[in-house]
Amino acid sequence: MNRVGCSIPRLEAIAKVTGRAEYVDNLILPGMLYGKIFRSTIARGRIKRLDLDKARAREGVHAVLGAQDILSLIPHPYYGPAFHDQPILALDEVRHVGEPIAVVLAADPYAAVKALADIAVEYEPLPAVYDEVEAATSSCFVHEELKPAATFADLKHLVGRKGTNVAMEYRLRRGDVDNAFAAADHVFEHTFRTQQAMHLALEPHVTLVEPHADSLVIHTCSQNPSFVRSEIARLLGWPENRVRVIVPFLGGGFGGKLYIKLEAIVAAAAMLVRRPVKITLTMEEEFYTITKHATTVRIKSGVSKDGRIIARDCEAWWNGGAYADIGPRVTQKAGYTAAGPYDIDNVRIDSYQIYTNRPAAGALRGFGVPQLAWAYESHTDMIARELGIDPLQFRWNNLLREGQPQATGSPMRDAPIERVLERIAARLNWGAALERGNGRYRRGRGLAVALKAGTSPTTSTASVNINAGGSVTVYVGTADMGQGSDTALGQIAAETLDVPMRDVKVVHTDTDVTPYDMGTCSARSTFHMGNAIRLAAADARNKLKATVAELGLPPGTNYSVKEILQKRFGMEAGNIIGIGSYIPPHSPPDAQTGLSEEITPFWALGGTGAEVEVDTETGHVRVIRLINVADGGRVINPDIAQTQISGAAIMQLGFTMYENMVFKDGRVRNNSLTHYEIPSYQDIPLLETELIESADDRGPFGAKGLGESGTFGVSPAIANAIDDAVGVRLTELPITAEAVLRGLQAARSREQRQ
Amino acid sequence: MTANLRTVRFSLNDRPVAADVEPHHSLTQILQQRFGLFGARESCAEGVCGCCTVLVDGAPNAGCLYLAILLDGKRVTTIEHLDADGNLTVVQRAFIEAGAFQCGFCTPGFVLMAHDLLRRNADPSEDQIRDSLSGNLCRCGAYPEITKAVQLAVRWQKEGSQQPASAPGG
Repeated sequence: MNRVGCSIPRLEAIAKVTGRAEYVDNLILPGMLYGKIFRSTIARGRIKRLDLDKARAREGVHAVLGAQDILSLIPHPYYGPAFHDQPILALDEVRHVGEPIAVVLAADPYAAVKALADIAVEYEPLPAVYDEVEAATSSCFVHEELKPAATFADLKHLVGRKGTNVAMEYRLRRGDVDNAFAAADHVFEHTFRTQQAMHLALEPHVTLVEPHADSLVIHTCSQNPSFVRSEIARLLGWPENRVRVIVPFLGGGFGGKLYIKLEAIVAAAAMLVRRPVKITLTMEEEFYTITKHATTVRIKSGVSKDGRIIARDCEAWWNGGAYADIGPRVTQKAGYTAAGPYDIDNVRIDSYQIYTNRPAAGALRGFGVPQLAWAYESHTDMIARELGIDPLQFRWNNLLREGQPQATGSPMRDAPIERVLERIAARLNWGAALERGNGRYRRGRGLAVALKAGTSPTTSTASVNINAGGSVTVYVGTADMGQGSDTALGQIAAETLDVPMRDVKVVHTDTDVTPYDMGTCSARSTFHMGNAIRLAAADARNKLKATVAELGLPPGTNYSVKEILQKRFGMEAGNIIGIGSYIPPHSPPDAQTGLSEEITPFWALGGTGAEVEVDTETGHVRVIRLINVADGGRVINPDIAQTQISGAAIMQLGFTMYENMVFKDGRVRNNSLTHYEIPSYQDIPLLETELIESADDRGPFGAKGLGESGTFGVSPAIANAIDDAVGVRLTELPITAEAVLRGLQAARSREQRQ
Repeated sequence: MTANLRTVRFSLNDRPVAADVEPHHSLTQILQQRFGLFGARESCAEGVCGCCTVLVDGAPNAGCLYLAILLDGKRVTTIEHLDADGNLTVVQRAFIEAGAFQCGFCTPGFVLMAHDLLRRNADPSEDQIRDSLSGNLCRCGAYPEITKAVQLAVRWQKEGSQQPASAPGG
């Protein structure tokens, strides 16, 4: 039987290779209007005048809506998963370039586009702040007042505040850091930066809303339909059951389609004009919708003379842009592991979510771990090299081992990170010398390992329906955005119910039908929803057993489902429905120390080995080989799991080598795929992928999340390899030929001086 | 708004069709809005990503940049036509077997480009595969699997036995 542990092709494979897979943009409804958004051209300013009359008068335009129209429907039109800070349309102030100010609706999208040019707006420009470190202490405040949303269980601790750009901070205090630094034989301190970058799913954001007399149907490319439902219902003051959210396949997500994106604006527009409305973003608009945090990370370590890290102090500033989105969760969850996968007794972490006048930043494949791993794994190599210790040996000496408390105090459980490191080193043949070259081209190698604490507490609920003929329908709120969740979750249901895969169907999210799920994010679906399905399937199985007993059939009978239901209902009819909810054990971090005995449902582990070749005349770096090792627990579908790891690594290769949103006065200068480069066919190095199968006791059949783990080690492994090749240390992403060349020139002039 | 309408007549997936189009309409938009064909998808809208790949007179084109008004007398083939006889092509089967896609949004473009490559070159090298497909982007990073899929399609074609991919869910 093709079930858990088998690499069966994706359930939707035929639909995808024939171009027939269903995405939101395929939907066109009778009477539907297309919406186009008029956006701010300045980073911060007061709106003095907004003139929509000329646009409204244009032939073919059905309506033009501004903030005043929204207010007539929704008196408090602010949304957000962490803070209610984002207005549906800018009210009296704009806070970043690209902020929506008005919406034009027309039956012909071209009429709507043309009418955008008829809208006139006058601003009183206000001072803006862009840099995360500067904004942390600036007196230029992005928001006058911050109002926490209090929606998600893990963000209940957020508090309202005024007169600051720091939306929240996570603090961790472990041991006696100051004394440990005083006792240390060596102290190292470095600062690292990462750039603002883009999710850039090839399917742009798209939402279509159908208004009905007393309800809404929202078709949207969302990674968390349950949140869309509750947030739109909250804005309207409605019960949740009047908002129905339907999600087909997503053309990529990577965290960019979480929470509210277009849903509020389209829902309001559709209700105001009482017609279906669809908005599909252009690629240019994507650059102003949601991004990956730029960061500054200062990291300091105290090391004993025998090469043990005894103290670590880490400060991370997260550039959240003008709206917090899920930034506070990124800031906190990444903060848990900011000290890295090392056994350090004395740790101080301060992780700050900062408002600036840039486009909002959210979660992007790793919830902040790639930014921090860039810092701490570069730092680790720099220490090792400075002390003359082999970087592999230095890591080995300091690595957390099974059962040891991680910085938060939560023990490493089913988390063999030393095996990840071992496998990378083995594949790099670390013990043997590398052919480095001695001419213009020099080679080097590097490695990096990291860990992530999963999002917690969270809830997933599933229902499993055994139909009269014995086939099985699985209802989940998980969005399949390419990670293969339909297939893997179907495999879990098939395995639990002991039926062949061909008898299983996974229903895509429709909140009228599918139960609550916190969201398709943070590599949580296989683990959390997988557990919910396992419980739901077991519940169905138990109900089937109870039916057998009710019918007076002897226990242990080998009647088929079909026969049992036929006996129960007198014909081939009826069904057996099982329900399962999974809420992992969790203990929230202490408000003062940030410590917790139970911070994560599972530890995600990943690491990378890289071999690079540097052109010493141009600074150009060629990544020759990229080895990615991750722990997926017991893997449900090995082939899909492997492509998740390699795909994640390729994505992070882009964030390492090319991708960068270039800003001028808050405006993105490279807001198109022509000017913002993502990895293409020609950029792919020799890739090796390996899964460590640790078997997580709590995971369904021992599985754990792995969709992000391939990103963790890529950036520092490459930087470490560059240092190994040419002795140039880079501390900012992306790694450019220019930066490498400057490093080479600086080294040459140092040599000449000596 | 309709002053610039012009009727174009062309062949779409082997059927004669006509459409009234305006000068600014792209081929992708006409396929979606007039003919209900959504396999060619708009993403970058500037001919960089390849998600909107369509064959015009047998050659791959970016549907987002191809003006519909130029379609008169052309032969347009979209992804939806490849399995017109009810069978997946060897390339489509190989994409399934090699797991050469994740979200599937870019997949029609890659499948059509692979068809175009194999039509011109029955036995491409790995470099030739990379070169031929390098005009298409896959954000999920399925490039290594796409290369494997094309190589598998080449092998199956050579063997003359169009091996069925294991059926999904089977």
